[in-house]
Amino acid sequence: MDINTKKIKKNAYRVTKERGKTALRIRVPGGHLEVKYFDIIKEIAEKFGDGSVHITIRQGFEVPGIDFDKIPKINRMIAPIIQGLELDYGVNIEEVEQGYPAAGTRNVSACIGNKVCPFANYNTTDLAIKIEKSIFPNDRHVKIACTGCPNDCIKAHMQDFGIIGQVEPVYDASRCVGCEACVKNCKKRVTGALRMENYKVKRDEDRCLGCGECILKCPTGAWSRNPEKFFRVVIMGRTGKRNPRLAETFLEWVDEATVIKIIQNTYDFIESYIDKEAPGGKEHIGYIVDRAGYYTFKEYALKDVTLGPKAKVAQYIDFGGYKYERNVYFDKNSK
Amino acid sequence: MALQLSYEAFNKVLQELKNEYKIYAPIRLQGTGRFSDTDVVRYGEINRIEEMVIDEKAHFSPKEILFPITQTLFYYTSEEYQEPKEEDKKIIIFLRPCDIHGVMRLDQVFLKNGSLQDVYYERLREKVKFFMIECTEGFDNCFCVSMGTNQTESYSAAIRFGEELIIDFKDEELSPAFEGFGKTVDFSPEFIQKNKVEVRLPDTENIDNSLFEQDMWKEYSQRCIACGRCNFVCMTCSCWTMQDIAYEDNPNNGERRRVWAGCHVDGFTDMAGGHGFRKNYGDRMRYKTMHKIYDFKKRNGYHMCVGCGRCDDACPEYISFSNCINKVTQIVGEEQ
Repeated sequence: MDINTKKIKKNAYRVTKERGKTALRIRVPGGHLEVKYFDIIKEIAEKFGDGSVHITIRQGFEVPGIDFDKIPKINRMIAPIIQGLELDYGVNIEEVEQGYPAAGTRNVSACIGNKVCPFANYNTTDLAIKIEKSIFPNDRHVKIACTGCPNDCIKAHMQDFGIIGQVEPVYDASRCVGCEACVKNCKKRVTGALRMENYKVKRDEDRCLGCGECILKCPTGAWSRNPEKFFRVVIMGRTGKRNPRLAETFLEWVDEATVIKIIQNTYDFIESYIDKEAPGGKEHIGYIVDRAGYYTFKEYALKDVTLGPKAKVAQYIDFGGYKYERNVYFDKNSK
Repeated sequence: MALQLSYEAFNKVLQELKNEYKIYAPIRLQGTGRFSDTDVVRYGEINRIEEMVIDEKAHFSPKEILFPITQTLFYYTSEEYQEPKEEDKKIIIFLRPCDIHGVMRLDQVFLKNGSLQDVYYERLREKVKFFMIECTEGFDNCFCVSMGTNQTESYSAAIRFGEELIIDFKDEELSPAFEGFGKTVDFSPEFIQKNKVEVRLPDTENIDNSLFEQDMWKEYSQRCIACGRCNFVCMTCSCWTMQDIAYEDNPNNGERRRVWAGCHVDGFTDMAGGHGFRKNYGDRMRYKTMHKIYDFKKRNGYHMCVGCGRCDDACPEYISFSNCINKVTQIVGEEQ
């Protein structure tokens, strides 16, 4: 058997435990798909796999137990999926019958968003698709997820880029009956950004996350939505062996165009600063930022970006997380 | 007299009327709704008839025009007080028969409840003319037919919305604005005769304190979250509280406001010393229900509830008030 593993990996297949068997990963940008695609996945799993499918953490499907020599045939079979879930979204893939052209940049995942969820502040699937369109296909290892509100059900804090929906609550004091539903709720469940003053509500903009809970709780519509959509971008969260950590806030109150632009710009940063000696030429973006520094990253990310009047940029980021190797901090031999 | 005229012609009439009137209708506030990418439909001023929403029930009732959510009654100094200047313009409200009946209930509460009239309400009320929206289909949760509020003659003008507008107007004061527009037709508005929801009303003679002990209220103790949405969207809920605002830099000066209050909301029955009569949410549901379909009638001869169903539309816990009335009726027997 003569398999170019570099080639099949880029084609979204992988080397598995079992000699001779591979597994296919199917992307579902935004984590939402028409059920008609299930028929294709089912057919591949039954005819060429082991009849099972794994639902990945990134909201794709992984079909295991496939013989390497079936790859060309399966690539033809998944053409309608690539057509419907990539090309029709505007993703540029030249050969629809040759499978996925890259696998480095992972599927852009999304919580269910405002299609269904009352808390979500935007259509997460739609934004995930727009991001997919602007960055895929790409071999660079970048993980992105879109979540509707700071509840962060998609775990945007575990991504290189986590996009969190924000809403600006607009207060009409004349509609407020002073029931304090928003104030009590914000104190108990959010950040306590609201307080009563003279029977009306005051909002501390520095504490407000833009989650929209006050709007949900208000019985009179005194709190309403600014229909404009805003986003908080958290960056460089990760799992992994060296230094797992939650993402930290990079931007707040930015618009959709900014979100897409800064992610695109990040690829230029990667090209400039990736470790040329990295094993397999592969280095996670977070570690590149660790080495090059936040300020350098920020400079690249914000290139040609015009921030809106409400936008805020982190001046400094103190990335946390932990390291397994205690020797990084302690060395018993040193004095 | 009835006229048929185009939307364009009617907009010219509106422009004419706007010299003298503020014109209120249900309007759509795009994208400002409770949930992301949803709208609010509520009363606001219109310039053109197309701005009015006719295919959806207004989420909030037109009562807020006559009985503002926050209303400054007077400003005070340590020496004297002064009422805010009265609005010069008269008011036209586009509304459905149920809401016209609702205004009659507000009149009962503010103007005919004892020997004194509520002047703040009266001042606004005197200015109002009703432009009735012909309503023959209704919406989800409407039960006006059961409440007998589906039909009314109390309007200055009644409007049928179609390819063109057909307007029956009774109020001679309006004639000049319509002069030279449209053609005369025969028209009298129709009224809805059957809702999707039907309510059987209780025989109020059979209601006594034993109803307080019924198990049916316990369910609401579990389900109700005391948010007060049902009160605030209700066309006939007319409770309010007083707030005195002392200016921070000069506490001897300030203003007195009245603000809506709701019997489901915490604090409604709180007294000095911390005592509250209805801490239990089921008790609040009972209190509201009894007011809408029992004691108001006992005092005034007709039910308070007009069956607009906004409380059912608004309840985040899907509590149905119409179903609650049916449950009461099941216990005490139907009105004859």
